[in-house]
Amino acid sequence: MTTANPATTGRQIPDRLGSPAARALKSWEALLLVTAIAIFILNSLASPYFLDPWNLSDATFNFTEKAMIAFAMAMLIVAGEIDLSVGAIIALASTVMGVAMAAGAPTPVLVLLGLGTGLACGAFNGLLVARFGLPSIVVTIGTMSLFRGISYIVLGDGAFTGYPPAFAWFGQGYVVWVITVELVIFALAALAFGILLHRTNFGRMVYAIGNNATAARFSGIRVDRVRFILFLLTGLMSGIAAICLTSRLGSTRPSIASGFELEVVTIVVLGGVSILGGSGTIPGVVLAAFVMGLVTFGLGLLNVPGIVMSIIVGALLIAVIALPRLWRMARGA
Amino acid sequence: MQAMSPAAAGPVLSLRGIVKSFPGVRALDGVHLDLHPGQVTALIGENGAGKSTIVKVLTGIYQPDEGQIIVDGAETRFPTAQAAGQAGVTAIHQETVLFDEMTVAENIFIGHAPRDRWGLIDRRAMRDRARRILDAIGADLDPSARLVDLGIASKHLVAIARALSIDARVVIMDEPTAALSHKEIHELYELVEKLKAQGKAILFISHKFDEIFRIADRWTVFRDGQFVAEGAMADVTESDLVQMMVGRAVDQIYPKRPARIGPPALTVAGYCHPTEFEDISFTLHQGEILGFYGLVGAGRSEVMQALFGITQPSKGACRIGDQVRAIRSTAQAVEAGIVYVPEDRGRQGAVKGLPIFQNVTLPSLARTSRAGFLRLAEEFAMARDYTQRLDLRAASLDQDVALLSGGNQQKVVIAKWLATRPRVIILDEPTKGIDIGSKAAVHDFMSELAAEGLAVIMVSSEIPEVLGMSDRIIVMREGRIAGEFSGDRMTPENLVRAAVGLAGTDSGAAA
Repeated sequence: MTTANPATTGRQIPDRLGSPAARALKSWEALLLVTAIAIFILNSLASPYFLDPWNLSDATFNFTEKAMIAFAMAMLIVAGEIDLSVGAIIALASTVMGVAMAAGAPTPVLVLLGLGTGLACGAFNGLLVARFGLPSIVVTIGTMSLFRGISYIVLGDGAFTGYPPAFAWFGQGYVVWVITVELVIFALAALAFGILLHRTNFGRMVYAIGNNATAARFSGIRVDRVRFILFLLTGLMSGIAAICLTSRLGSTRPSIASGFELEVVTIVVLGGVSILGGSGTIPGVVLAAFVMGLVTFGLGLLNVPGIVMSIIVGALLIAVIALPRLWRMARGA
Repeated sequence: MQAMSPAAAGPVLSLRGIVKSFPGVRALDGVHLDLHPGQVTALIGENGAGKSTIVKVLTGIYQPDEGQIIVDGAETRFPTAQAAGQAGVTAIHQETVLFDEMTVAENIFIGHAPRDRWGLIDRRAMRDRARRILDAIGADLDPSARLVDLGIASKHLVAIARALSIDARVVIMDEPTAALSHKEIHELYELVEKLKAQGKAILFISHKFDEIFRIADRWTVFRDGQFVAEGAMADVTESDLVQMMVGRAVDQIYPKRPARIGPPALTVAGYCHPTEFEDISFTLHQGEILGFYGLVGAGRSEVMQALFGITQPSKGACRIGDQVRAIRSTAQAVEAGIVYVPEDRGRQGAVKGLPIFQNVTLPSLARTSRAGFLRLAEEFAMARDYTQRLDLRAASLDQDVALLSGGNQQKVVIAKWLATRPRVIILDEPTKGIDIGSKAAVHDFMSELAAEGLAVIMVSSEIPEVLGMSDRIIVMREGRIAGEFSGDRMTPENLVRAAVGLAGTDSGAAA
């Protein structure tokens, strides 16, 4: 891959300065890891039941479905876009599965419909953003109402219940011992998205677009194609989350997964992804998912009411975003 | 060179020995300028002669480092735009800043709206006065109309009305006809006559010689930030003015090597764009450096960006080597072997936030990766090769490209494109605003590339550069090719004449 004759006029520039280990120590991810461990210890001190394996297994349900979407959302936000319709995609996908279930469709068909609906919704968002150049925040606020609106028209005040027993495996099943199916899907998704963002050409293009989409285009990158694929992936992960959530609840109501989009974005931002695009990592999002899961579960064990919990989560989010800035301001002064 | 001749009536405003420097550039170097009541003074000069800078000094936006501003014989200063306005200096800018969501009257009186006795804006008085000003310039506009509903020409009239809404004694018009139609230009001339009759001093900046000879009474020529000469229009010819604008011969040394011109690398036939350019046809050969000269806004960058797939031409064909290629995206352009080093480096150049090596390999990832997976060792190897060839100065290849100087960022962009092994490289103002050392490195490198058989297009507004580096020069004017020069015909006079529309070529191509 070298040229035949690399002229040696310039002096040698080193590839890297500083060791990777030193950099890792100072990273956001390290801070998150410390936070996660601290909350874990606090939780185990606060409640004697916390360390029970089955209890910990239950705790994972607090974040697995949201985190699956958060991986795709992280890539989208790194690229400078956002998708606020993910909760509504879950509602629509769940409704489609419910209609099919009522018509007697078997589990494999339900799964395919869930995935297909997610992909279709993602494609619709992606088309509006990438092809027509509309801002993603506006497009997905629109589709957020649109997708969930369809669910309300279909269901009204009603609900679909009575999913087949085989379908329950996704949200209620265990692979081995206390390891849930959802936790395995979460781990596989983390691995897949980690590789996609950090080890492939596609991931590199996502960073380039997020840092400067115009310059990326002027570097020969098919910016719109990358954006479209990212919306497609977010739709797909929302479809998978819809299968898991519907299976776990065993029913579909039009209000299913409402408010998911904000919790997903919270995990992504807590994970160190810049809301302005251009930076962030999947390991950071994984750790943030754990932190969020531990905090809400720990508060639950302490019988903190839901409304107080959302206040605490909101304060946590603002704190983690403000802290690095305050830190820099203090040092700069 | 002509001596300064004091005009019959004393000047209402004079600049004496104005110096204004920016980092690396002396934009104005001891210029003077006299503006007389009831007269139109044309300010003439090439791109970069210092015309826009002097306008900003006159309107209080820039503070001169040295020199005097004299109003009615008394030295004064314009520390703010408001101070210049109070002294009776007003400007109609090249790119007017107006507020789309506000009404015509609000735009005219922004910052100095008439007040009622409660200190609130007196809307009725404002509308009435706006009406009177608009009538005075013959503009048939409703003061209550919102700007967003008006066309570009009407907006321009609003800008003129705004300039006249203060009791101005000096009116500066910076390329006022650029956006206007024939009829509107005519009306503008009448307006200028009216302002003259009212005894206002007018500074008229224009590249169009027909305009200047039609309405100006006096002229002043700047070159490279220096005063060249001034005088009365009656005593000067077009040729004299061109001579003064261009001035010196090419006095810098350029590393141009004799080219071995090969077969055609790029043939463009009849490229058209609905608004930016028309009927662009040329052939570029291997080993050739083809210069594109023209005034700012002549459509050169727009043609280049169409070739690079940023915009699509409405008509025309493009052949690379002997293959006809329709280029619809930058990715296709890169695949076809056409690459573009943009003029707007801040937005379109290097991807700031990414490290140097990732910038270099961005369009070549298909070659450094395997099955879509990154191979960092290959990327570092590629980045090392090409940054070394360009003599990049950086602490490490892992460093954010945003931390480099402008010249070194430019080298990263060029390295990025060379790594794709292109056939045609387009450099748009490649040395604008970069330091002398990097400039020489870029020039050196361009000739080296051409010598290796690459076909090079260089868009440049600097006459010495375009003459010093090019084998052949195409001059564009108002979106069209105004002339092509090679050999002995590549003279500063010929380029400037073609660029301002004086050449014996198709000079009647105005809109």
